[in-house]
Amino acid sequence: MGTEHLATPTADSYAVIGKPLPKVDAAAKCLGRTKFADDIVLPRMLHAKILRSPHPHARITAIDTSRAEALDGVKVVITGADLPNSFGILPVSQDEHALEGDHVRFIGDPVVAVAAIDEDTAVEALDLVSVTYQELDVIASIDDAVAKPEPQLHDYADDGNLHKLVHLEFGEVDRALEQADHLQEDLFFYEGNTHLPMEQHATVAEYGGNGRLTVWSSSQTPHYVHRALEKVLELPRARIRVVAMPNGGGFGGKSDPFAHEIVVAKLAMLTGRPVKICLTREEVFYCHRGRHPVLMKVRTGVKADGSITGMDFESYLDGGAYGSYGVASTYYTGALQTVTYEVPAYRFKGARAFTNKPPCGPKRGHGTPQPRFAVEVTLDKIAERLSIDPAQLRLQQLQPADSVTANWLKIGSMGLGACIAKVTEGSDWSNRFRKLPYGRGLGLACSSYITGAGLPIYWNAMPHSGVQLKCDRGGGVTVFCGSTDIGQGSDSILAYIVAEILGVDPMEMAVVTADTDLTPVDLGSYSSRVTLMTGQAAIQAAERIRARLLGPVAEKLDVPAERLEFSGSRVFDQTDPERGVTFGEAVALAEAAGGTVGSVGSYTPPRSPGRYRGAGVGPSPAYSYSACVAEVEVDPDSGIVVVPRVWIGHDIGRSINSSLVMGQVEGGVYMGLGEALMEEMAYRPNRNVVHKWPSMLEYKSPTMHEMCDVTTYLIEDPDANGPFGAKEAGQGPLLPVMPAVANAIYDAVGVRIDEVPMSPPKVHKAIKDKARGKAPRFGPSSVPSVPWPEVTYVPPPWEGGDGKAHPRPGLETRGEGG
Amino acid sequence: MMRLPPCQAYFPVSVEEAVRLRVDLGSDAAYVAGGTDLYPNMKRRQQTPAHLIDIRRIPELLELEVHDDSLVIGAGVTLTRLIRSEAAGAWPVLAQAAATISTPVLQNMGTVGGNLLLDTRCNYYDQSYEWRKAIDFCMKKDGAICWVAPSSPRCWAVQSSDLVPVMVALDAEVTLVGPDGRRTVPARTLYHNDGIEFLTKRPDELLVSIRVPPMGNARAVYRKVRRRGSFDFPVLGVAAWVRRNGGEAVADARVVLGAVGSHPIENAAAAESLIGRPLDEDSIEAAARAAAKPAKPLDNTDFTIGWRKDMVAVYVRRALEDIRTGG
Amino acid sequence: MPVEPVQIKKRPGKVRGTFLVNGEAHDVTYAPHKTLLEVLREELALTGTKHGCELGECGTCTILIEGEPILSCLALAQAYQDVPMETVEGMAQESNLHPLQAAFVEMGAAQCGYCTPGVLLAAKALLAESAAPTRQDIKDALAGNLCRCTGYIKIYEAIELAAARMRGDEAEPAREAFYGY
Repeated sequence: MGTEHLATPTADSYAVIGKPLPKVDAAAKCLGRTKFADDIVLPRMLHAKILRSPHPHARITAIDTSRAEALDGVKVVITGADLPNSFGILPVSQDEHALEGDHVRFIGDPVVAVAAIDEDTAVEALDLVSVTYQELDVIASIDDAVAKPEPQLHDYADDGNLHKLVHLEFGEVDRALEQADHLQEDLFFYEGNTHLPMEQHATVAEYGGNGRLTVWSSSQTPHYVHRALEKVLELPRARIRVVAMPNGGGFGGKSDPFAHEIVVAKLAMLTGRPVKICLTREEVFYCHRGRHPVLMKVRTGVKADGSITGMDFESYLDGGAYGSYGVASTYYTGALQTVTYEVPAYRFKGARAFTNKPPCGPKRGHGTPQPRFAVEVTLDKIAERLSIDPAQLRLQQLQPADSVTANWLKIGSMGLGACIAKVTEGSDWSNRFRKLPYGRGLGLACSSYITGAGLPIYWNAMPHSGVQLKCDRGGGVTVFCGSTDIGQGSDSILAYIVAEILGVDPMEMAVVTADTDLTPVDLGSYSSRVTLMTGQAAIQAAERIRARLLGPVAEKLDVPAERLEFSGSRVFDQTDPERGVTFGEAVALAEAAGGTVGSVGSYTPPRSPGRYRGAGVGPSPAYSYSACVAEVEVDPDSGIVVVPRVWIGHDIGRSINSSLVMGQVEGGVYMGLGEALMEEMAYRPNRNVVHKWPSMLEYKSPTMHEMCDVTTYLIEDPDANGPFGAKEAGQGPLLPVMPAVANAIYDAVGVRIDEVPMSPPKVHKAIKDKARGKAPRFGPSSVPSVPWPEVTYVPPPWEGGDGKAHPRPGLETRGEGG
Repeated sequence: MMRLPPCQAYFPVSVEEAVRLRVDLGSDAAYVAGGTDLYPNMKRRQQTPAHLIDIRRIPELLELEVHDDSLVIGAGVTLTRLIRSEAAGAWPVLAQAAATISTPVLQNMGTVGGNLLLDTRCNYYDQSYEWRKAIDFCMKKDGAICWVAPSSPRCWAVQSSDLVPVMVALDAEVTLVGPDGRRTVPARTLYHNDGIEFLTKRPDELLVSIRVPPMGNARAVYRKVRRRGSFDFPVLGVAAWVRRNGGEAVADARVVLGAVGSHPIENAAAAESLIGRPLDEDSIEAAARAAAKPAKPLDNTDFTIGWRKDMVAVYVRRALEDIRTGG
Repeated sequence: MPVEPVQIKKRPGKVRGTFLVNGEAHDVTYAPHKTLLEVLREELALTGTKHGCELGECGTCTILIEGEPILSCLALAQAYQDVPMETVEGMAQESNLHPLQAAFVEMGAAQCGYCTPGVLLAAKALLAESAAPTRQDIKDALAGNLCRCTGYIKIYEAIELAAARMRGDEAEPAREAFYGY
């Protein structure tokens, strides 16, 4: 069953869709009643702590836990020997252990765990454990990883300490660049940063007398935690229940299965008592999985009129110590360059290094803010060089709606032009860009993001999302879905969509989510997939309920089924609204006629046309678009940048709840502003690559003082693949903020900051350099030399390609390729 | 959850009782007021006193009033009280500086005395026990080396209070009470240029009050450099005090820098370049250049050291401009 | 069947005291080094007070002491015995949300909801002093409460809405707050 539903109303006639209703869980959150994982207290509960490696790279030669075990109040102490099976989010990167048994790879790697009667005792016990390490040579950076293939962090890396190497080409890029009137070559560096959810990760586990394990956790992906627990604990999944508690912020930071989740499960099994762990803020920094530091080189060919002839993009990712989502992250740094503007020929080379630092992974925008920064600043430079207005440069070569890109991504609705029109109008762009006094400036940038990944994380043919509905004789409707509310409002979205179709009040519905015992699988809250995928599954399930109710109600009212309308918690004759039954009566009629009223719905994304190796990253049912104008004030004496206002246009397809969309857009601007100006994961390479400041004081998260005013424009350009036309809002609006700020700094003081964050010392140095006649720029100057694999050449659609790899023209062989 | 180490608390109601407790309990006891500096340090095991002597119930320490034209601030007065105080209205620089300390909520807890005795800070030191263990500790706590300057025989932790440079610039005096009695000393003599032994106050002495002399016709300002408008400690604080007697020429001046050394750096050269000259662009520029010379920021706070050094002249200039244009 | 040996952890002596929380007196026996945050969450099961760092670096654990916001993570519990205090659980009157809570619900000012209790209490203290705060007033009062979800915009809007209603105005949210421009 597709996206069509019965009696599709027009936008204005929706009862629920698009309305700024409160979230179904908002009151509980404001009353302090929402239970987060650390709020769970169970009888006889023990408390766990984890001893972590103090060395960035070492072999463990001995562990003595005897003194810790002897401490009063300690119940059990475990080491890597107790949890030998590896795990990891991606099937190709099963490289983590809940406790590392013989090889630690960063300061913070888990080594020993203790369960004790209280947290104080557990802390005391950790200090009694003695671990003997043999230190290994440290890989501190991408350059280090290139220079030192040994000692390897992981033996499965593509090359030495280079975890993943990718080389893709779509159309003949060298020829396209030769045909250009101007070749723009730029280097960029985007420093790593982290999610910093306000809630520290916490997990409680209980192993029941019946041999079943229950794990309550602050996780965005209970389904993947479920699988990891099965693998490491060697317990059938049927005997494991994972409940994802409401997340106190996620942003991607709680989407891997984590060591501490497995550790408390094991401790609960060993002690027969519930066990809780709540990480310290410092440990949250070590869990990380945040934004990869990425060094980038981009060569862009343009005609004199500004049209792009081809793009050659290289990215170098500092992945940290483990795989995490890193393979996907690597591809993502090359995947979405093509979806905003027409790029006739495109080449991407990506390398991810293993380094002795906390593992990087997916943070809001996963792998795409870095290349988007590079592309949008490059375009600003091109516009300047060619004396074309940056807005015009973009508008004249927008990727068309309903098209396929060079790298075989299928675009549906495309509202970027409308977004650009709104933000340039709102910011009075044409009168103010390049016309403000020295120190003040405007900058424009655009972006796009996926609305859910087209392929699942582990290969399977099953739906990505399932929804189950149960209708009560009293008219109550309960929605069951595996999706996880991380604050974005996914529980509410389920209620709104079902309520719209069944004509009931969303506030009267019960929503049960993120519980592997109770809810059908949804893959998790990542890749901006939840509204689209659970929404489509919910539509299907709700339509099936309607279908169940229509016959019995039509018979009872003696009205043709096609004349029945569901609205106001009633089912009635459109032509004679008085003639009807309550929704509860309708359920009762259906239950009498055919038994218990329930239904299921599910969703699988459409197949992408790309068929080459690597085509799995980038496809999505729908792409959101954003455009942003940032206004900055730069203090030339200090380099301090203040952003008083941002105008942002976001192509949402259609808002399911416009208020929640506004909240996501504003929150995305906030997080983008933090990345643009101050947030960074910093290490001390000369001191053991220790994290420089794993604290909320020194990791700079903007306060109310730093946050800018935001003028938001929602562009509704419904996408055929979205529920009611909806696309994502959670990640895309972050993406254009950083390059918009960079471009505005140039407008303000005439220097290019090709590096994120654009902190005062960098801006100040560039301004000083400019005054001394040096290059008015701050940014990287070279890229490392990496042993790239042979290219995978894929002809783009306009060259008669079929989505598969073929030999590159000129290297013609007799084989079919592929 | 980061938790305090085991400890007992005491709530004396007089200065004498507090000091007696301190003497009786010995070196394993610490005075505490708002706790906003000590408790995080205790949770990170930088300090682990077994006995806490909470001085906030001592009436003398809660006084805030004008005596003989001087402002007397009890050490236990919260920053919020100081900021909102009418009595302190003639010393606007105090509220200006206090309002930049940490956060609005923490200003309700933190005290003037606590801020004056703020532990020196360093991002090799203000870390958890586990973190510090991973670098084999540092000389300020449990270790032998200063990681900021490994060949240095001394600790380079940074004086990070916002009120300290202001009090020095205003020539305030502090009153201390110890087992041997009461003494009043200039605020500037309270500090040592050493990250560990940064106070001349003996550990058993209790800071009771601060006396700030009348402003007369002098003006003072405080400028703070930090990443965010809240939470952050200074990476540079500039307190400037300038007195012009009727005429244009500067009769007396003090420029004191915070957060660029282990103690407040009073810059005599900067003051001298102002004294006897009108407060104008030239004298301000000369003072700014003079002030920048001795500032030696090291790599143990936010931002880069080169930039912090560069900012000294910029912000001294701005502070003096504030005074010049203040009307 | 062997009897498990009795393990008795030697613990520092506990102290006893009364905490006046949300208009109710609670007698509590607790370890002397516990913070107010720990007593509220662990002894009184008032888990509405959240924590994000326990070092005074985020503002999440904000509660009110005699109407004034403090951070419960840096408050030694013993110092706050017999002092009236308020947590988020005390804001609603019976089943009626406090106007701030109602406005936060209406505006979507609570996304993940984790910083929300602390923000609500800091806002309540602000409105007690200033019935019609400007944005700058709100900034000056709440800049010590970090939020990672909202970008603070919906928080401003909700506080302004609640303030207006508490003044007796028939205030409605601006259309732009819900739909954009």
